[in-house]
Amino acid sequence: MQPIICMDKNVISLSHGSGGLISRELVEGLFLKRFHNNALMDLEDASILNLPMEKIAFTTDSFVVNPIFFPGGDIGRLAVCGTVNDLSMMGAKPLYLSVGFIIEEGFLIEDLKKIVDSMGEAAEEAEVSIVCGDTKVVERNAADNIFINTAGIGVIPEDVDISVKNAVPGDVIIVNGNIGDHGIAVLSQRKGLHFKTYIKSDVAPLNGLTALMIQKTRNIHTMRDPTRGGLATTLKEIAIGSNVGIEIDEERIPVSEGVRKACELLGLDWLYLANEGKAVVVVPEEEGEQLIETMKRHPYGEGAKIIGRVVPNSPGIVTMRNAYGVRRVIEMLAGEQYPRIC
Amino acid sequence: MDINRAFGSPDIVEKLRLKIANLSKKQIKIMEFCGTHTHVIFRYGIRQLLPETISMFSGPGCPVCVTDEADIDRIIAMAEIKGVMIATFGDLMKVPGSSGSLIDARADGAKVEVVYSPLDAVHLAIDNSHLNVVFLGVGFETTAPAVAASIVEAEKIGLNNYYVLSLHKLTPPAMKAILDTREVDLDGILCPGHVSTITGYNAWNFVSDIYGIPAVVAGFEPLDILWGIGEIVVQCEAEEAHVVNAYPRSVTAGGNLKAKEMIERVFKTGNAFWRGLGELPESGLYLRDEYGHFDASKVFPVQGGERREVKGCRCAEVIRGKIKPDECNLFRTHCNPFRPKGPCMVSSEGSCAAYYLYG
Repeated sequence: MQPIICMDKNVISLSHGSGGLISRELVEGLFLKRFHNNALMDLEDASILNLPMEKIAFTTDSFVVNPIFFPGGDIGRLAVCGTVNDLSMMGAKPLYLSVGFIIEEGFLIEDLKKIVDSMGEAAEEAEVSIVCGDTKVVERNAADNIFINTAGIGVIPEDVDISVKNAVPGDVIIVNGNIGDHGIAVLSQRKGLHFKTYIKSDVAPLNGLTALMIQKTRNIHTMRDPTRGGLATTLKEIAIGSNVGIEIDEERIPVSEGVRKACELLGLDWLYLANEGKAVVVVPEEEGEQLIETMKRHPYGEGAKIIGRVVPNSPGIVTMRNAYGVRRVIEMLAGEQYPRIC
Repeated sequence: MDINRAFGSPDIVEKLRLKIANLSKKQIKIMEFCGTHTHVIFRYGIRQLLPETISMFSGPGCPVCVTDEADIDRIIAMAEIKGVMIATFGDLMKVPGSSGSLIDARADGAKVEVVYSPLDAVHLAIDNSHLNVVFLGVGFETTAPAVAASIVEAEKIGLNNYYVLSLHKLTPPAMKAILDTREVDLDGILCPGHVSTITGYNAWNFVSDIYGIPAVVAGFEPLDILWGIGEIVVQCEAEEAHVVNAYPRSVTAGGNLKAKEMIERVFKTGNAFWRGLGELPESGLYLRDEYGHFDASKVFPVQGGERREVKGCRCAEVIRGKIKPDECNLFRTHCNPFRPKGPCMVSSEGSCAAYYLYG
């Protein structure tokens, strides 16, 4: 069938999710065109994949970000990068993704095109194939514009063992760049919270960077992406998961001046802001500096820095030392961060 | 260098820390009235920088914490009225009334939007002409001028679906009430910087004139706060008591006249209920009669719930500075930011939350 997308309409209607002719036009005219690959083109009920006989990593995530377009990215790029990064944090090489769309009736086809386009772009950058998918359309107000679910499969080299349980005293903690950009970029566009900022989301696929790192050393103990809940929550998860203490130095944590200012203005703590292109890496101290040199050779690792260390005392506790030498305990985020009144 | 970061310079902080340590001989108790001060003091670990002679007590300076529970119930009841959209500062979202919080009300279908400024609430009203937008005016002298301006703006553009529920409170009556209870024998007050920007530092003259203790207005960077504490120590050692402005880059003697005029134009004073302090005369701001058509309490009259005590919660004593948060039996185990029981744990400016997060 000739792919003729029903662009006579401007908006998604329930018939786009009906499974009939109009659904097929949407699939062929938009999704197949952009996510072009052999497994998908067959339009079978399931895709047949050839995987090497190695350890397989498998993950899924759903994306409901509001607003769907924000400085530096959109929900589509986020949906691809989020799953790619979850696989990468386990030391896996991401290979295949699935994508499921839940779209609210009345959604602009033009916006869907933009989202699909940026998904295609992100998948190309990450060198992963989107091999199966699904689209459902729900009645107006039954969803907020568009929700996307992605699942992903990756392969882990035999001698790689990266886990939130593996941090040990004597390790150092590295982050690959400025903290908090995504959180502020999204917040700046929220309804009722408009403020002008030049801060862009850091949303990016990190598998290129992690592949370089794994090539350099097989001794990476832990990697985790500090998404929702921010750096503080991720460090706390590592401290609990590995039953170790973590000490970080506030002065060493890279935070842009713009994010600092926005936090000051809105009464937020950058330690808890979401990131979508950052990794917290735990590695033996003797390999720390060399790994940073390697990371700096990749565009997403240019800002790599050691921010702290793993210690044997106070297991499960994260502390941060400030510029005056005072330590305080860092807790996980409770609920959502709301701006303060005065 | 960014001016605010200069006010956090570790070298100067260390010099000031040593100076205070050398000066301070007497045991003294200082109350920081303002919630933002409490937050900064904990965020930067300033208590640990002070000598053992100085004890800091947190005051009632968090607008959310001192909002009476019956008022929270009124807010929730108002949110449940069909056709009403509540616009609020984010801090109020989590505060529990007797039947849940605004977050719960929103989950049940109420329309609640978080805004950063009252003018954003005016825009919500413009964009949602089919709804009645009620802005929750919770705050001190700092918030009131912008809320007053939003009402003036709404009148100017002829908006007939914008309302304000004014629960604004004035800080000097609360400070008087705390000094009158004499539950804590305070030796000095660190006065709120933001509030003083509006009121002027003369607003605190009564602290030294009537109660005979030093009152020092301080800013919000580590050096500002240490400077303020240092000024109190100097006066205590010399047995003097007067008002000092340690935040001259923002605060003047008379304050912001334009903002004060704006408050005067739209609001009148009246008695208000403070959680922890009870009813204080002339401590609340309410819409003047000529702005009655913007007054949500008149247009959407709702009943407040009964004043109900959370069993074991000692927020009232925390607010008065009588006890420190960790002296409450609920603290940390039964009351924490994940499952807050009392307002001082809910608000990010509350002393219990600060103790939990940074203590």
